[in-house]
Amino acid sequence: MERDTIAAVSTPPGEGALAIIRISGPGAIKIARSLFRAGSAGIVEKFESHRVYYGFILDLKDGKKIDEVFLTALLAPRSYTREDMIEISAHGGMQPVRQILQQALSAGARLAEPGEFTKRAFLNGRLDLAQAEAVMSVIKSRTEAGLKSAVSQLRGFLSRDIEELRREIIGLLALMEAEIDFPEDVEISEVYDKALDKVQGLIRKLDDLIASADRGRILQDGAALAIVGKPNVGKSSLLNRLLREARAIVTEIPGTTRDVLEAMVNIGGVPVRAFDTAGIRATTDMVERIGVERAREVILQADILLLVLDGSQPLTEEDCVLAVECAQKRTILVINKADLPPAVNEEALAEMMPGTPLLRISSLTGEGVTALEAEIAAILLGGEIVLERITVANIRQVEALVRATAALRTGREAILCGQPAEITAVDLHDAADALGEITGETTTDDVIDRIFSDFCIGK
Amino acid sequence: MVYEKSYDIIVIGAGHAGCEAALASARMGCATLLLTINLDSIALLPCNCSIGGPAKAHLVREIDALGGEMGRNIDKSFTHIRMLNLSKGPAVQALRAQVDKKYYQMEMKHTLESQDRLDIKQAMVEEILCDETAVTGVRVQTGIEYRSRAVIVAAGTFLEGLIHIGETSFPAGRGGEVPSIGLAQNLKYLGFNLGRLKTGTPPRIDARTIDFSQGKIQESEDVPLPFSYTTGPISGRGRLSCWLMETNEQTHRIIRDNLHRSPLFSGRIKGTGPRYCPSIEDKVVRFPDKERHQIFLEREGWKTSEVYLQGLSSSLPEDVQIAAVHSVKGLEKAELMRPGYAIEYDFLLPVQLFPTLETKLIKGLYTAGQINGTSGYEEAAAQGIMAGINAAAAIKELPPLILLRSEAYIGVLVDDLVTKGTEEPYRMLTSRAEYRLILRQGNADLRLTEKGYRYGLIPEDRYQRFVIRREMIELETARLKETRLRPTGQVQRLLRDLGSERLGKAVSLADILKRPDMTYRRTATLDKDRPSLPPDVISETETEIKYEGYIEKQQQQVVQYQRLESRLVPEEIDYDAIPSLSREGREKLKNIRPVSVGQASRIAGLTPADITILIVYLEQQRLQALRQREKTS
Repeated sequence: MERDTIAAVSTPPGEGALAIIRISGPGAIKIARSLFRAGSAGIVEKFESHRVYYGFILDLKDGKKIDEVFLTALLAPRSYTREDMIEISAHGGMQPVRQILQQALSAGARLAEPGEFTKRAFLNGRLDLAQAEAVMSVIKSRTEAGLKSAVSQLRGFLSRDIEELRREIIGLLALMEAEIDFPEDVEISEVYDKALDKVQGLIRKLDDLIASADRGRILQDGAALAIVGKPNVGKSSLLNRLLREARAIVTEIPGTTRDVLEAMVNIGGVPVRAFDTAGIRATTDMVERIGVERAREVILQADILLLVLDGSQPLTEEDCVLAVECAQKRTILVINKADLPPAVNEEALAEMMPGTPLLRISSLTGEGVTALEAEIAAILLGGEIVLERITVANIRQVEALVRATAALRTGREAILCGQPAEITAVDLHDAADALGEITGETTTDDVIDRIFSDFCIGK
Repeated sequence: MVYEKSYDIIVIGAGHAGCEAALASARMGCATLLLTINLDSIALLPCNCSIGGPAKAHLVREIDALGGEMGRNIDKSFTHIRMLNLSKGPAVQALRAQVDKKYYQMEMKHTLESQDRLDIKQAMVEEILCDETAVTGVRVQTGIEYRSRAVIVAAGTFLEGLIHIGETSFPAGRGGEVPSIGLAQNLKYLGFNLGRLKTGTPPRIDARTIDFSQGKIQESEDVPLPFSYTTGPISGRGRLSCWLMETNEQTHRIIRDNLHRSPLFSGRIKGTGPRYCPSIEDKVVRFPDKERHQIFLEREGWKTSEVYLQGLSSSLPEDVQIAAVHSVKGLEKAELMRPGYAIEYDFLLPVQLFPTLETKLIKGLYTAGQINGTSGYEEAAAQGIMAGINAAAAIKELPPLILLRSEAYIGVLVDDLVTKGTEEPYRMLTSRAEYRLILRQGNADLRLTEKGYRYGLIPEDRYQRFVIRREMIELETARLKETRLRPTGQVQRLLRDLGSERLGKAVSLADILKRPDMTYRRTATLDKDRPSLPPDVISETETEIKYEGYIEKQQQQVVQYQRLESRLVPEEIDYDAIPSLSREGREKLKNIRPVSVGQASRIAGLTPADITILIVYLEQQRLQALRQREKTS
């Protein structure tokens, strides 16, 4: 029986109505207990086997609800892997699924290797002997598929950045190790004084990388696009246009959209998560106010904004306030209702938001929508958002980055406490190992190579 | 002619590997024959007179903890000793000694000659004899055939040895000794894959012609512990000092001007040299910005005026070596007694070995030491004792002794060799050991003496002393963890006197000891009931407590590692029968034939998927075998 607990998303990647996250191993139940709150009863102390629980997955950090889910507990040995298993059936949006998995990992699970559930099922005697060969070929094909996507993910800045950071850590380690292994050959005295500065610098760079890796979801999860504007300017009908289907409820009544709607669309080859937000205005309606607050959150997180204005109406105070809010982000001004006589003062808008592209469309007739799509794609693909840094990282890679930073922080502690070099070296080693998991290299040999290329050593 | 007496084990070569192998074999009760080309060269130190240093001292302590001889022999013969890395942490602290070369040899020869069941003969082996299944003995140059059940080859640099000094090259085993040609041919004939390596040594100069006033003196120190657990307090035998001098611009110019005469740069030397031990010409070329390089002057013994120039290894022509030496301040009038040289030699690619050091090709044939691609006396001795133990264990039908990477540097050494092979002379480094914090020279006995005892290499009285030491460490560790200190006025005062932080709440003495500014000795005033303990017990206890957190973390990693290590791969496994293995993975597995899944996972180029597939396949085989048995019973 394996001793650790694994987790993975078991449904195929991409947008689906539902997604299933599986957790298997001795810690599965404990993890479920910490992440899951039943709709009625809160913390579930004792999960019954083969029972479905309705409730929410919480963010461990702030206790906020991530998603509404059904959770099934399957206690050993009555499960696929013959270990304790938890299956969480969540909504298929990539963001919540990724978040749930991440929570499971921070609660103590390890990301499963390709085919690992099946491997466990076999090793624990669940599968028939004759199925062993099938198991092996599953592992092989999944690994190959994984490798292919890993290779494409590693193209670009991420791998280069990580390799560079790793090389820096290896350089620092080589310095320490050369001093340890060749105390009489190497004339270095300032190693330890410099180490602190170097580790600080490395932590900063890794933190940046983690932040940008997060930004780099774009190509994998899609860029986040928020449609904003005051009520009843046609945001929902624009979303429907982009989707080419009626997903959002469209009415003449201002404030129909009470919550944030999310949909996946393909715009000029770029996957885009489009968020239709509640119209932003001062309101006394409780429910609508919550919607407005959430709309503001979405604006903060979006990669690109579509500020929709009603072209048949003159600008209002609310429009201007929104324009100022949107000016912080990459924005396209969308003048809707081009099918009606124009009344909006476009010059005033251009003054308020200099340099912001402005397009006239009609979500009713579809006029101008193609041009809008072209503009969105151009900004996402050629604009500074993407060019800044395409860092597409999957959870495994981000997890490794986080572990590397944590190890460096421990290393910094060790240096500050005056621990000897061999102790600090352990942490630096851990950090280099974590990055090496991404780039597929091993630390020890590289450190040794580096010692000999950097220092003149010899008896 | 077949010699009338037959042996259990024959050891070829009486260098550091051969001596340990022969002693381990004889001590385990096997009738042993040690063959050497020259009886006066037993345990010769052909290069440096220095033994130990980081990772190497660890190896010596481990050899000693297993019941080997090297540590004891150093303690008998050293002329200079220091403890290195004192400030860098307890696990990397390392003894380094210089020994009297002749005295070292005499002591070792005497030990060999005092050993029961061990015959020592001068002879050059020409051929390893074997039948269809296993090794049967050896044939020597004079025609005599010696019969045995196992043979350990510890031939050092003698296989096809070729010395280079400038434009001159000549066959030799070491400086002034004949090489072994027949044996190298024979190994190739038997089907072994041989590679070629290179190493070198600096010139020796006459102490009477050195102006020592120009050098910086480095005295021998008082060290708290000897190399061997069997050595009592170190006596006040005469010490010899070392001196530090430097090369300069002129030295480097002389070398640069003569590079065309260097066999290293002219391409005459084909073998790969060690990166950690470059020749001075190599250093000058590779680091052109360095204005000077260190030279350590080491006395080779009490009764000789030969001085070893550490840092000046060279294969330049002798006249260039003389000029280079004379350019060094203090050595202007130095007389060379022996020139430096480079030597190329054949080695056996060590991936052809099992972790027992037995060859995969011929049952009962083992190789140990430099022939396996390592360099260094300590690395050789470590392999020697392991080959000796395993050859004897096989004859006595005992389980083999395979040390894990988490148990000993010896385990790291052997595993690296048989799993990864080596492309340059392999030297042990502490940075090769992933569980370095638990592989300390201070706890070598705690890690290995039990094993040495089980194989009959540790005499009963020594074992009893070890058990007492182990108990003392355990008891003292427990006492420090259980003794509580409350934040009374007196305790706070004592802490203030020690310059350490006040107590917020009651803590154990162990907690106090964990403070970075605290040592066992400094906490004496806080610990009134402290028993009187030997210093080696104190230092071990102190380390275990002070670094507990880090040590525990490594121990958890060790648990993970050992799980894979304990999944054994049957010797007769057919990798072609496993579907889904990647082509590269299959080739590597067939070539290395790992004994465990753990070893397989360290083979370069094998993917995690290949490992998983291997695990699943092994499980399938196990279940199938189980069912077969159920059916038949």
